[in-house]
Amino acid sequence: MKPLLPSLALAFAMAATAPALAQQSGGTLNMVVQPEPPGLVVGIWQNAPTQMVAGDIFESLLRYDTDLQPMPSLAHDWSISEDGLTYTFHLHEGVKWHDGEDFTAHDVVYSVDVFLRETHPRLRASLVHVDSIEAPDDHTVVFTLNQPFGPFIGVFEVGTMPILPRHIYEGTDYANNPMNATPIGTGPFRFNAWRQGSYIHLVRNEDYYLEGRPFVDEVYYHVIPDAASRAVAFETGVVDVLPGGSVEYFDIERIMALPNTCITDAGWEYFGPLSWLWLNNHEGPMADVNARRAVMHALDREFMRDALWAGRGEVATSPLSSSTRFFDDDLPSIAYDPDLAREYLEASDYDGQTLNLLPLPYGETWQRAAEVTRQNLMDVGFNVNLVATDVAGWNQRVSDWDFDLAFTFLYQYGDPALGVARTYVESNIAQGSPWNNVAGYRNPELDAMWEASAVSPSDAERQEIYSELQRRLIEDVPNAWLHELGFPTIYRCNIHDLVTTGIGLNDGTRDAWIEQ
Amino acid sequence: MSRSPLALAWRRFAQNRGAVVGLAILLVVVLVAVLGPTLMPQSPWRMVGRPFLPPLTDAALPLGTDAVGRDVLTGLVHGARVSLLVGLVSTLVALLIGVPVGALAGYFGGWVDDALMRFTEFFQTIPSFALAIVLLAIFQPSLFWIILTIAIVSWPPVARLVRGEVLSLRTREYIEAAILSGQTSLQIIIRQVLPNALPPIIVLASLMVATAILLESSLSFLGLGDPNVMSWGYMIGAARTVLRTAWWLSFIPGIAILLTVLALNLIGEGLNDALNPRLQRREE
Repeated sequence: MKPLLPSLALAFAMAATAPALAQQSGGTLNMVVQPEPPGLVVGIWQNAPTQMVAGDIFESLLRYDTDLQPMPSLAHDWSISEDGLTYTFHLHEGVKWHDGEDFTAHDVVYSVDVFLRETHPRLRASLVHVDSIEAPDDHTVVFTLNQPFGPFIGVFEVGTMPILPRHIYEGTDYANNPMNATPIGTGPFRFNAWRQGSYIHLVRNEDYYLEGRPFVDEVYYHVIPDAASRAVAFETGVVDVLPGGSVEYFDIERIMALPNTCITDAGWEYFGPLSWLWLNNHEGPMADVNARRAVMHALDREFMRDALWAGRGEVATSPLSSSTRFFDDDLPSIAYDPDLAREYLEASDYDGQTLNLLPLPYGETWQRAAEVTRQNLMDVGFNVNLVATDVAGWNQRVSDWDFDLAFTFLYQYGDPALGVARTYVESNIAQGSPWNNVAGYRNPELDAMWEASAVSPSDAERQEIYSELQRRLIEDVPNAWLHELGFPTIYRCNIHDLVTTGIGLNDGTRDAWIEQ
Repeated sequence: MSRSPLALAWRRFAQNRGAVVGLAILLVVVLVAVLGPTLMPQSPWRMVGRPFLPPLTDAALPLGTDAVGRDVLTGLVHGARVSLLVGLVSTLVALLIGVPVGALAGYFGGWVDDALMRFTEFFQTIPSFALAIVLLAIFQPSLFWIILTIAIVSWPPVARLVRGEVLSLRTREYIEAAILSGQTSLQIIIRQVLPNALPPIIVLASLMVATAILLESSLSFLGLGDPNVMSWGYMIGAARTVLRTAWWLSFIPGIAILLTVLALNLIGEGLNDALNPRLQRREE
């Protein structure tokens, strides 16, 4: 028993001193990037792994905290006019590109108005509300909108609006610019080397405009193609950070048993990943609202969360993720209730047809989720056939509406007008893409509400409309909502301030420091 | 004392202790496959307990549960039927392709032989497992296509074996007598040649059943199985990712496959001893 006391005392002493620790400089951050990105210039590539590495090299005007409130980044100050039409940003002075050139407001205008307008479809959709983008001086940018567009304050994020160097890209063929291989940004880290199939190496930007930052000397993004190998890499100390999604959920418990290992679900609030089952509203048994309600209440989503997603994330209670703005927590229940499901099924036209269920081909966890879903549905009286498919097959079947139920998950980008409306409005029904209103839900009344809510000038008005929209959608169950997915970041506990924003690791490791 | 050839063969088979053990194991597996689903009518996909229950901890779930709480014993019992079905049917289909091809090639010789054997070699040059993966990527991985795929990749050895047998039988005097008596080629092949080529085919077929079960398991392991059918290969495939935390989920169906395949091999060897005409002569 003797050794226990000193170690306890030590633990208390450490706990007491922990908050007082000052940020320490130095050290190397070893992270995992999965899969290997096709390129690092975010804006040309929008893939998730590109966004993660690029967050260290590039910046946008703002960052967002975990409540999605804007914070300074390249802009230290900003204001929105009373009528909601003019957004003015004041930029940091003395900011330099990694090649030594001065960063100015003209880079911002060029990036948004010329470069991203051409390369970035998601930002382009928001830019239709913008009349003009101007730089009255070198350190001020003014966006003028043609009508109020509430979600606009949410687009100044590095994956959505990265600021790129005009002196390198102006007048060139962006995709084939040789400088894409050695990206130049304003961020806290400079690109150093990329060994294909092995690692991407970034080094500290000595001229960074925030005094003392970044704290670590270099960052390695290791490319390790297999989930089990990534878990082993963490166990053996090759990497110290496993970003969300890099290991399988069933490995989390084992990894968390290692000493000095911490985990956080934070850093995904901006994306608000929500999973659901597309229900084919076009035709077949799922065109019947009562059959859809039966599906919704047949699913034991709590069990799936606990058994398959290692208890991470939340069971969805709304078409909106709870981290998305205007989420309403006072909605009719869509909880697991097999008896209610049977009642709805009884009231529906369903008479034993076999439903084709399309799993998401993203690994074992999703396959098990499909198996549990099939069993849940069969328990209340549906006949379900699990369709075996790969990524290409999933894309094609979903794009062609060739399913009765299909798994998917999508990001919500903080605002329902940016990431939710697209799933439910009739104007977004078009065969050929797996990302639009694939279910084919049509409701002109709700379409008008989506439109009105996006351009309402006040947040109070928007909240009112979105609350009503959430209630109406739950009544119609166009899709069966599953989970607010948790993509936990696993890291060594002596790495501090790794995830500080609602964008998480995609915002770069500017603030991270390693306790020696 | 004179005995029928069948009784003689059985006596020689029974003398091979390994073959008898194999037969006993196979009988148990067949019994489980036939009666099991009636005794355990519960769907093997139903979640019945807490996930990752180790074996021998709950009397109601003696072999424990898998990653989502499904009963391993129920899965094993239902999987037996699928594995045997795939093994038997795909072997039967492979025989239906391979025997005629080999018989025609061997009997007629000449350009027929050349054409059929080049066609057979075309299949033989591609590694059978790789070909099976490609075929299943093209077809839907449903039980029907899996059986057909396994048949397609396993018939060439049958064709070659039958051709060889027929080639040697073809020059026998009783065949020439049959030709002279005016029988058609088809009649001769079916009535005279094939019955005499049967013993090695039976031996090969018993081994092919074992190979087919292994092939189905390997395909399911890779996720190319029928997702609506519980098979032993599926159970191992689903368990391999949790091998470090729940080894028994791979181990138990693995043992089932091992025993079944071993039994079939032992039987094949016993049949070889029993039916081999040369051994027969040596004894008499």
